[in-house]
Amino acid sequence: MNIEWQTPSAHSRRSFLKGLGTAAVTTAAAQAEAVAAELEKANAERTVGPGPVPVTLKVNGEQLKLLLEPRVTLLDALRNYSSLTGAKEGCDRASCGACTVLLGDLPIYACQKLAVEAQGQEITTVEGLAKEGKLTKVQQAFLEKDALMCGYCTPGFVMSVTALLKQNPHPTAADVKRACAGNLCRCGTQPRVLEAALSAAGIAAHRTTNTEVVNA
Amino acid sequence: MPEWPAQNKYIGQPTTRVDAAPKLTGRARYSSDIQADGWLYGMILRSKWPAAKILSVNFDKARSFPGVKAVALARETPFTVRYYGEEIAAVAATSKQACLDALHALQVTAEPSERFVVREDDARKEGSPQVWEGVTNAPTPRERKTGDVDAAFAECAAVIEGFYTTPVQIHHPMETHGSTVSWTEEGVTSWASTQGISSVRDGLAGSLKLDHSKVRVVTDYMGGGFGAKFGAGVEGVLSARLSREAKAPVRLMLTRFDQALAVGNRPSSFQKIKLGAAADGTLRAFEMENYGTAGIGAGAASEGGGGGADLPAPYLYKVPNTRVKQTAVAVNAGSARAFRAPGNPPASYGMESAMDDLAVKLGMDPVELRLKNDPSPIRQREFALGAARFGWKQKYRKPGSSPGVVKTGVGCAGAAWPAGGASRQTQGEAQINPDGSIEFRLGVQDIGTGTKTVIAVVAAELLGLKPEQITVKVGDTDFPPGPGSGGSTTCASISPTVYDVCTKALQQMQTQSGLADVRAENWFAACKKLGVNPLVVHGQWQPGLSSDHACGVQFAEVAVDTETGLVTVIKVVAVHDCGLIIDKLTLESQINGGVIMGMGYALYEERVMDDLSGVVLNPNFETYKLPGIADVPEIDVVLINMPERGVIGIGEPATVPTAAAIANAVANALGVRVSSLPITPAKVLAALGKVPATTA
Repeated sequence: MNIEWQTPSAHSRRSFLKGLGTAAVTTAAAQAEAVAAELEKANAERTVGPGPVPVTLKVNGEQLKLLLEPRVTLLDALRNYSSLTGAKEGCDRASCGACTVLLGDLPIYACQKLAVEAQGQEITTVEGLAKEGKLTKVQQAFLEKDALMCGYCTPGFVMSVTALLKQNPHPTAADVKRACAGNLCRCGTQPRVLEAALSAAGIAAHRTTNTEVVNA
Repeated sequence: MPEWPAQNKYIGQPTTRVDAAPKLTGRARYSSDIQADGWLYGMILRSKWPAAKILSVNFDKARSFPGVKAVALARETPFTVRYYGEEIAAVAATSKQACLDALHALQVTAEPSERFVVREDDARKEGSPQVWEGVTNAPTPRERKTGDVDAAFAECAAVIEGFYTTPVQIHHPMETHGSTVSWTEEGVTSWASTQGISSVRDGLAGSLKLDHSKVRVVTDYMGGGFGAKFGAGVEGVLSARLSREAKAPVRLMLTRFDQALAVGNRPSSFQKIKLGAAADGTLRAFEMENYGTAGIGAGAASEGGGGGADLPAPYLYKVPNTRVKQTAVAVNAGSARAFRAPGNPPASYGMESAMDDLAVKLGMDPVELRLKNDPSPIRQREFALGAARFGWKQKYRKPGSSPGVVKTGVGCAGAAWPAGGASRQTQGEAQINPDGSIEFRLGVQDIGTGTKTVIAVVAAELLGLKPEQITVKVGDTDFPPGPGSGGSTTCASISPTVYDVCTKALQQMQTQSGLADVRAENWFAACKKLGVNPLVVHGQWQPGLSSDHACGVQFAEVAVDTETGLVTVIKVVAVHDCGLIIDKLTLESQINGGVIMGMGYALYEERVMDDLSGVVLNPNFETYKLPGIADVPEIDVVLINMPERGVIGIGEPATVPTAAAIANAVANALGVRVSSLPITPAKVLAALGKVPATTA
């Protein structure tokens, strides 16, 4: 049997309805088309795309002027249309947190926000934290505690912890765990992320790991 | 014979990662961050059928889309695909969105087949669909024998039998596989997310019929591999072909979905074990029949070890009478690849579970049973150290005797990593500049283990400088060659190499500067005497500074909720040795990482396939669960420093015993064994007889 691989976009809504092929459906379809036309007219001035449209993003205090299709996510806008590749793509479906950036003070998954929707808001990526090359307290704590290995998830964790400490300068271990619940790491840096976050908050010596060297 | 210095300023101390700042600020450019001039986006169309003949792919519509610059077939049509997710074709376009549109517009004409099989049990049956036409799915098991097993079992005071199973585990590095490839008249440059720049170059040169001298592979930063990222890969070759057609660099990184299907996994295991001992606990007889699947293949060969389904058995222990039968079963699923300590975590799980079951039957303490039968003096010491540190004597009680709804339990297990050692061909060079700055160049790659930091620590120690004064460059096939990052060999390969470079550098500097001691505070004065030209010194791996055979034992304490079936790991004590410790800080991180990955294997991770459709049901992070920050236990690491053994790698041994120790702790808590990983709440409740068991 030879079959054609028909993909979703091969069908338009119209051809789908046509396929059903009864008078009743035709009537319903006509009504639906009319409603759609009305809506389209009402929204005309608010509708953009599907072609590229000018988008202005305020990232790390600077204006980023881009020409993007409205379906481009904030993550793709940063990584593929600017040189800001600090936010990483690990899943592109809101489950790994490697793309975490700040929208105002709020940590968000950049893969789940359209770039057009992020206009007019202050966006901070990991590149925007260290001023004049000086690491922030959070970054410095990550460095000292070795809260990174391959480092691919690290920008996401740094942003989640940065957002937490802005909102709550004296977090508990449970607060840190909650704040980083949306960030995955495969190398296994989690215990040291916890230590780094608390250390950055000036909370002494919360240790989830401990090491002793015994000489042979 | 060269020797490591007896007194060290940096070696063995904690040194922070030399590339931490670029990674923490977003300056580090990973393979997936490369934005070569005029780069295009690439994507792969994969089979939605577990078995089909691909007759043709019509690219006309896709080609007509604006932005689509190149298309490529995975292979010449007609061809057969043997698993859900196998590559069919690829496109390159000016944006991800254009690629997605183009993939939707590809028209594939295929003959799907109903003849596929994804369950190991089904694949072994007579008349099962054959994954490879005319070849049996399950070859006759290979058999190894020592002594007389049947006679020995007859004389044992205690014999246990168990059926211990482990799932297919997916590597899932946070950065997916892929690369940016630029193919011009001058040759091919691949910025690859890889553990082996040399093997990628070899693979690309072979596939593209190019001289090695025309292929350069660069890996400045990459986001994890765990054994799955050695070769050029279908995706690497496709991006090269797309680049040639489009006359532009193509970045083709896999999606998370792709990652779960086509670029490697740890084979499953189904271990039927029979173990017998004399009344004093001395092991007398061991029998095992094991099968597992490596998907459609026996696994891609790699420097990290094979991806086959065979296990080392009876693993750590000396048993005089053994019979072991093993076979790999082909199913319609993506091929296995080397995965952190190939074969060892499942071998540890099976054997160490059997050991604990036997200890219960003998009425012996599980640690005592191990001490009785483990021939390794290092592990003997580690068991003793770990038991004391963990408080084993106070915590261990009769299985199932923990009171209340939430029961606690303890368990232990051992590790061996007989591979390891070093790549003796490793080379490196240092460029010493007249201003005293120094740059080391080695053709290895840092996959997150701290390779760059190890180079800086060793060089700083031997030259009398500080690690931050050493510039380290790796990840470029233009540099002197080094090994792929596999088999826990990198540290033991590069440390002696850097030692040799430094020794030769000091000799040449003495000659050129006329100074008797050019180290430390004399360094800059000596360098000034070089004049205008820098000094480049070449070195290579030397014997006597590294060895192999790391051991390791781990103890786990768990709490199991007998109403919900949820297992919480409270604490892990990990006792490990890796010869001479180079950087204590990054070493601890490796052990934490091994424990956490082992915990995922014990409790959460499993590739789930639907036997009716042949589809992988959990090709994402929502349904393929990794340990999160809230799941991670307290980790207590004990390191035995053995400078006399030289440098040994640690990445793999650190993950070997964790799952077994956790599984034994769960059995100790419940008084019954869950003999199948991952130990999910459903399996715990089934073991307690609270819900019916489901077929795996």
